[in-house]
Amino acid sequence: MYDSCDACLRRAFLIAHLAPRIAGLLGHQRRRHGLLGLSEEELIAATAGRHVERALAFLDAFDVASERARLVDVGTVVSCTHSSRYPGLLRDLPDPPAVLFGAGSADVLELLEDEPAVTVVGTRRASPYGTEVAYAIGRGLGAAGVPVVSGLALGIDGTAHRGCLDGGGVPVAVVASGPDVVYPRRHRSLHERVRAEGLVLSELPPGTEPYRWSFPARNRIMAGLARVTLVVEAADPSGSLITAEFAKDLGRCVAAVPGRITSSVARGTNNLLKDGATPISGTEDVLDELFGVGVRRIPEARPDEGPPDPVLRAALAATESHDSVEGVAAAIGLPISQTRAALSRLEVDGYLVRRDLGGWERTAR
Amino acid sequence: MPAPPPESEPAMERTRGSRSLVTLAEDKKSRSAPHPRVAGAHDRGVLAAVATFALEGVRPQEVTVEVDVRQGLPTFTLVGLPDRAIRESRERVRAALLNSGLDFPQKRLTVNLAPAHVRKAGPSFDLAIAVGLLAASGQVPADDLDRYALAGELSLSGELRPVRGALNAALGARRAGYGRLLVPESNAPEAALVEGIEVSAIPTLSRLADLLHGRWTPDPAQPAEPEPCEAHRDGPDLADVRGQEDAKRALEIAAAGGHNLLMVGPPGAGKTMLARRLPGILPPPSFEEALEITQVHSAAGIGNGRLATERPFRAPHHTISAQGLVGGGSRPMPGEITLAHRGVLFLDELPEFARGAVDALREPLEEGRVEITRGQRTLDFPANAIVVAACNRCPCARPPDRCACTSLELARYQRRLSGPLVDRIDLVCQVEAVPAADLVGAPEESRTSSEEIRDRVMAARRRQLARLAGTGAMCNGDMDGRLTRRQVPLDGPLAARLLSIRDRIALSGRGHDRVLRVARTIADLDGRELVAEIDVDEALSYRLDTWQRVGA
Repeated sequence: MYDSCDACLRRAFLIAHLAPRIAGLLGHQRRRHGLLGLSEEELIAATAGRHVERALAFLDAFDVASERARLVDVGTVVSCTHSSRYPGLLRDLPDPPAVLFGAGSADVLELLEDEPAVTVVGTRRASPYGTEVAYAIGRGLGAAGVPVVSGLALGIDGTAHRGCLDGGGVPVAVVASGPDVVYPRRHRSLHERVRAEGLVLSELPPGTEPYRWSFPARNRIMAGLARVTLVVEAADPSGSLITAEFAKDLGRCVAAVPGRITSSVARGTNNLLKDGATPISGTEDVLDELFGVGVRRIPEARPDEGPPDPVLRAALAATESHDSVEGVAAAIGLPISQTRAALSRLEVDGYLVRRDLGGWERTAR
Repeated sequence: MPAPPPESEPAMERTRGSRSLVTLAEDKKSRSAPHPRVAGAHDRGVLAAVATFALEGVRPQEVTVEVDVRQGLPTFTLVGLPDRAIRESRERVRAALLNSGLDFPQKRLTVNLAPAHVRKAGPSFDLAIAVGLLAASGQVPADDLDRYALAGELSLSGELRPVRGALNAALGARRAGYGRLLVPESNAPEAALVEGIEVSAIPTLSRLADLLHGRWTPDPAQPAEPEPCEAHRDGPDLADVRGQEDAKRALEIAAAGGHNLLMVGPPGAGKTMLARRLPGILPPPSFEEALEITQVHSAAGIGNGRLATERPFRAPHHTISAQGLVGGGSRPMPGEITLAHRGVLFLDELPEFARGAVDALREPLEEGRVEITRGQRTLDFPANAIVVAACNRCPCARPPDRCACTSLELARYQRRLSGPLVDRIDLVCQVEAVPAADLVGAPEESRTSSEEIRDRVMAARRRQLARLAGTGAMCNGDMDGRLTRRQVPLDGPLAARLLSIRDRIALSGRGHDRVLRVARTIADLDGRELVAEIDVDEALSYRLDTWQRVGA
């Protein structure tokens, strides 16, 4: 899908052209700086320094037609602020991205208009607790049909995407590079899955490498896309708190998962809660916040859905309350060997996911 | 001083004729032999040759001790790459001879240890040097020396002290065709385990002189009694372990198929206790295996002089070096994997072991032996053991609900578990702490004893032996990928199912083979000739491949 006016496209490419200059100018400064809200001339004046000539030459030489042809060729989803498919919520930002470049399905942009989305963010150094919560909430939201927006980073972000995918939902990843650039590399396969089932979005054109400044910049887009911004685990200070701050400035709901007070990766979230963020203790809490109490629920697995074999059904039920093979074996009264075979069977048939070599997680069905 | 007996020359001729194997040592001897003959009469020396055995790793290496005695200034020269301990044997031999009422010839003495190019170490040459001197100086008749092999260390008083590797020497002497082995008293029972060679226990050097003169005939040494079977009677028994039914099942499969096992669980859950009970459910070693075990232990100097009836259990600390684990050193010594030969090597806290040390296990795990090259020569140690490794779930080792490890720390910890060793681990099982309430007070339920499990294991092993005859593998755990796929044919639907599973749970090719191997063993335990779906399903649950947190 290509839906962009020439001026917006030129502006987007100018920002990509100036990206190294902006990086040099901002250094380690991560907070809002208003640069992205400036007009083209102001932006060049503010950032280009002694390279003004070159930047102006870039603008002059910019060939809209050939860039457009290239974008259409590789199938990039392109939508500018003047497009009807541009997510309306983003217009609340003081500096909305001129163009959104996307890799994946263009229908997701429409879905974002129809369904309120939730942004789930958190630390890259997630604890097992944070990982578990991010996965469960991502999966619950996915199963309930709520698009999950996150940043495709290591830790909480990636886990929330995975949960959403496993729950059968639509993940939206807002990245700090071009939408086709995989960062971090370790998330190559996740990047692929998100592209297949959802959309990877960026304000930077395809091929652009990520810059230090582009991470907080994409945080504003994440906050802008969602009705609710949920922070699962965050140190203080952290990028996730920047996202929460953007959401607060937009007047959106900021929610946080309570953490252990002794944990460094819970300090940010616990401080948010002290400042009045909505405490979240499960997917239902998020759904209540989005739709009103009790309006939407996570769809229950239909009772007829389940393994046909009574032994497998019993084993599946036993995994709800038992974490070890022995526990399950005792509960269903079978020897270890047959219990293990049954559990493998359930895993292979997609009813269970093995966790950490011990215990199982029921897949959302 | 008696006239120099010229018998030593023909004696050597007989030696050559009597042996089926022409060794390098004999080549050397035949080349050096003519010298005394061509020397001038006034210059004629007297030569004696005595056979002894040195250890090359755990293999016996024949060494011929040649002694030349001739007129001249009294000197004692020792050649043939001796180490310090051998050079010091001059002093021991001198004192031992004099204290035994024998004569130490005040002449020009040359002792050569042939083959001359092999480095020799240790005090076990004392006896052969002393006897060579006695023969060359005419104090004992040299007629029968070519039928004897001997080994022993001397004390200054003339008593014989035990040496390492007496069993190995006996095996070497039998193979080289010697009729009789003379060893110190405390080594005799061990050496007498070898049939087809007469072993005599020699208390002192003077007794030995009597024997050579025909004035004393020792009784043939009695073979050592097998060790009392502790593992099978009072040793650790799986019936002592409460709960842990899952881990016991994994141990049974590991024992039945000779599979390497990884146990994952918090400290104090009983991983070490369980691993210690693995030797007890393995089949008792056959006589051949017992000889191998005893040989290794004898060579390493940790044997007790008896035939090993228990499979060894070795649990080196995680600070061990690569050399300690696989063997080595300037005088190569067997490593832990060799000491665990035909038994169990337990690596507790596997991620804490030095990476290099664990990686060095690659060759022994694949080949069942270790090759160590030092300078010009390559030594060969047997190293066929079941490896049981243990680790925690995460670096902090706390239960999952109190774990504070970050995903990065976890990833780092689990990365340390990759590599050649983990590639050779067929079974992974989780060991959870048994709740304290279950440990006390509860009535003794009928827990399966090690003996019962061992019977099942032995039945499964018999099936494997019959099926694997002629393939070189002794048990399912020995099968490589190709042999596995040939030996574990799956019927059409099952093969198709396993293929479709591979895609869904990211099972690697190697992981696929591991599942087949384990499934084969499970079917063997169950007494079935064909691998069924339930075997594959159970085998799948022991795989390592999906070791990651959900979503992490």
